[in-house]
Amino acid sequence: MTIDVLPDTINAVYVVAVIVFILGLKAMSSPETARRGILFAGVAMLIAVLVTFLSPGLSNFAWIALGVAIGGLAGWYWARVVQMTAMPQMVAMFNGMGGGAAAAIAAVELLSSLSNVAIAGLSIAGGVIGSISIAGSVIAFLKLQGWLRSKPIVLPARQVVNTVVLVVGVGFGAFALLRTDTVWLLPFFVVLLLYGILLTLPIGGADMPVVISLFNALTGIAVALDGFALVNGPLGDAGYAMVIAGTLVGAAGSLLTLLMAKAMNRSVANVFFGAFGATEETGGPIQGQMKPIDASDAAVLMAYANQVIIVPGYGMAVAQAQQKVKELADLLESKGVTVKFGIHPVAGRMPGHMNVLLAEAGISYDKLFDRDEINAEFPSTDVVLVLGANDVVNPAAHRKGSPLEGMPILDVEQAKNVIVIKRGQGKGFAGIENDLFYRDNCRMLYGDAQQVVGKLVSELKK
Amino acid sequence: MAADLWTALFIAILAAFTGYEVIGRVPVLLHTPLMSGSNFIHGIVLVGGIVALGIATDPLEKAVGFVAVVMGAMNVTGGYVVTERILAMFDRSKRKGGAK
Repeated sequence: MTIDVLPDTINAVYVVAVIVFILGLKAMSSPETARRGILFAGVAMLIAVLVTFLSPGLSNFAWIALGVAIGGLAGWYWARVVQMTAMPQMVAMFNGMGGGAAAAIAAVELLSSLSNVAIAGLSIAGGVIGSISIAGSVIAFLKLQGWLRSKPIVLPARQVVNTVVLVVGVGFGAFALLRTDTVWLLPFFVVLLLYGILLTLPIGGADMPVVISLFNALTGIAVALDGFALVNGPLGDAGYAMVIAGTLVGAAGSLLTLLMAKAMNRSVANVFFGAFGATEETGGPIQGQMKPIDASDAAVLMAYANQVIIVPGYGMAVAQAQQKVKELADLLESKGVTVKFGIHPVAGRMPGHMNVLLAEAGISYDKLFDRDEINAEFPSTDVVLVLGANDVVNPAAHRKGSPLEGMPILDVEQAKNVIVIKRGQGKGFAGIENDLFYRDNCRMLYGDAQQVVGKLVSELKK
Repeated sequence: MAADLWTALFIAILAAFTGYEVIGRVPVLLHTPLMSGSNFIHGIVLVGGIVALGIATDPLEKAVGFVAVVMGAMNVTGGYVVTERILAMFDRSKRKGGAK
């Protein structure tokens, strides 16, 4: 079955799709137009896929349709039913699928065109990056989902082992290329998948935003490399669309990764090779002790404050407390208290994670403030409510020798009173004691974030 | 190197600068939806999967191409729905904020 559509028409459609992609991405970088942006990109994707399906010379239609139906429905269903709090791992998973698809395309190209050095070389490169991306993304997913220990898993001499594994994997690819023998392809892919796993296992959950962002950029690059390999073959025009979209994501994703790493004052290399949180703290023991407070006292403290700043963290996401937080903020405002939200760039498990959850609860985003905007306000603030955040408010970041040293934090310890809502006395994701909890102006309010905020709300209603 | 590859390289360089410029000044607020949105855009890999499976001849190529299509399709629909859901929340907050 072959449907004849003029190649020029197909190309024209790809051109339109690419323009709409770029406009969509542009629109997504402003809150007012963001929703229109994803709609644009969605339409562009739909027409690009449809027109590819109509390309002349394409066979295996039934298999293509079946594959699109299975994958499309599975992705659609899974993304629909998942909780909002699980969004970070969903992005990781779907990104991994893209990386896997890129690796599989590279494999098909290698099986069919191993004798063409240009195509094979590009496919090897696409295969390397795609395999690392899917394996790493799946590990990131498992860690965020809690199906795998999220603390850094550190193997002995892992730097050496990892490097050897990478070299061996790429070596298999080189063998396949030089000897034009497909027998080397299986070990090539297997070893590189292993490398992706080994690379990601030692990374702690706190660093996952940077990791997911980097794998996202890597998948983009793998897709672009596959596109390069395809432009030489039959139906090469699809390759150009992949080169453009893939490179777009590769560049934008790399920039986003750097921005995130900068927000944590760490280099991307340090995230991947530093095994953060596995090192022992060198500072002395912390003086003082944690002082608890009960909900009614905390409610009174906030009700008579001029300004309350709420600092949310992953604990709020886990407890699904954002609706209660909105109620709390509304109640306080009705009593004449100014309520603001201090959002650390890497609070939660993804940049902007807190913004999304608070927006879901209906809190207007003009009440949300960046670290740079809010830090000057803490000294003149009566009460700071730390809601399930830990590492991003740890003053140890200002102390020499701490593993957190130099990480930009929210300086909540400068407020007159700090109330910390926390499930227990445990450490934060980085596995480091928090000096803040031992300060004189700090009180601990133990419990599940949603229940505790619920109690605060009922106390305030009295 | 074939002329097609040179053309693709020129395109890639321009696309890289475009990607950089488009994201250059984005508020932290939009980092998550943007990451998710760019995750959706590399779902264009589905197009490559369709071509790979569409020109595959022997059973092994077909099987691997089929895997590429399934994964690519998941990337596309999953990436779209996740991004849409995140952005839908922003929309709602805007309406509530505006009503105040």
